Amino acid sequence: MGQGFVSRGFRGRRRPDAEVADRIPPGQYLTRDFPVLSAGPTPRTALDRWDFVVRGDVEAPRRWTWDEFRALPSETVTKDIHCVTKWSKIDTVWEGVSVDTLLDGLETSADYLIAHCDGGYTTNLPLEDVTGGKAWVVFGYDGDALEPEHGGPARLLVPHLYFWKSAKWVRGLELVGEDSPGFWESLGYNNYGDPWLEQRYAGD
Amino acid sequence: METTDADRHLDGNAAGGMLAEVFRFEATTVIVTCAGCGAAGPMAELLLYGHGMGQILRCAGCDTAVVRVARVRDRHWLDLRGARSLQIGGGQ
Ligand SMILES: [Zn+2]
Repeated sequence: MGQGFVSRGFRGRRRPDAEVADRIPPGQYLTRDFPVLSAGPTPRTALDRWDFVVRGDVEAPRRWTWDEFRALPSETVTKDIHCVTKWSKIDTVWEGVSVDTLLDGLETSADYLIAHCDGGYTTNLPLEDVTGGKAWVVFGYDGDALEPEHGGPARLLVPHLYFWKSAKWVRGLELVGEDSPGFWESLGYNNYGDPWLEQRYAGD
Repeated sequence: METTDADRHLDGNAAGGMLAEVFRFEATTVIVTCAGCGAAGPMAELLLYGHGMGQILRCAGCDTAVVRVARVRDRHWLDLRGARSLQIGGGQ
């Protein structure tokens, strides 16, 4: 053995790859790419025609134009994301508006919401899963404007659930009293989608 | 207890013969009518968006998701809410 040999087992802290492994939910693999999954054509809504709406069980709907939306306080967050098709990507960097900001001061008796998107895509979420610093409407990725193929101009980001809940091309949140399954949730996928519990399909 | 004609029904098994005649076909030649715009044409002329989570067949005219299929373990889930009707058989 050479003088420089150090047994890995005697190092004082865990190896980085073990730390990464702890961040990958069961049944997932780590990818460095950013695969694109699209269930339809990529919408290309001009920013001067884009708006974002909070409606449903609210006293008065809220609406922002693109400029108004971009003037809201935003933050940069670094999150791990997990797609139900089994890839996970760590330390993804997003810029956007917290859903807490969009719903701030709103009075509602709703327990759920439906995210509505250009192209007709929908996904359903419990309200408590998008409040308390758990969800954002993001317009930036990795320091740049969010590309249309990744959901730009803006997509939902709900990183603690499988990535189909992070709806691309999101245009509004409808607050509802009764849960109602969205695009994939009505086609055999799990209604909630916790990657750590491997809730991929209905009944998981 | 009085029943009317409208109350009389059998269970779905009784339709088994007819359903077996309907659900045996080459699907790509089935004429499908889009629930979004009413356009009708062979299933093969829909646009397929192959997706890791499922297969989405969209109307070429209005982008409505006419047919959606996902394989969920050992089953297929089929959603036809975007199809107003299917015309099956008849020597297409
Ligand atoms: Zn159509």
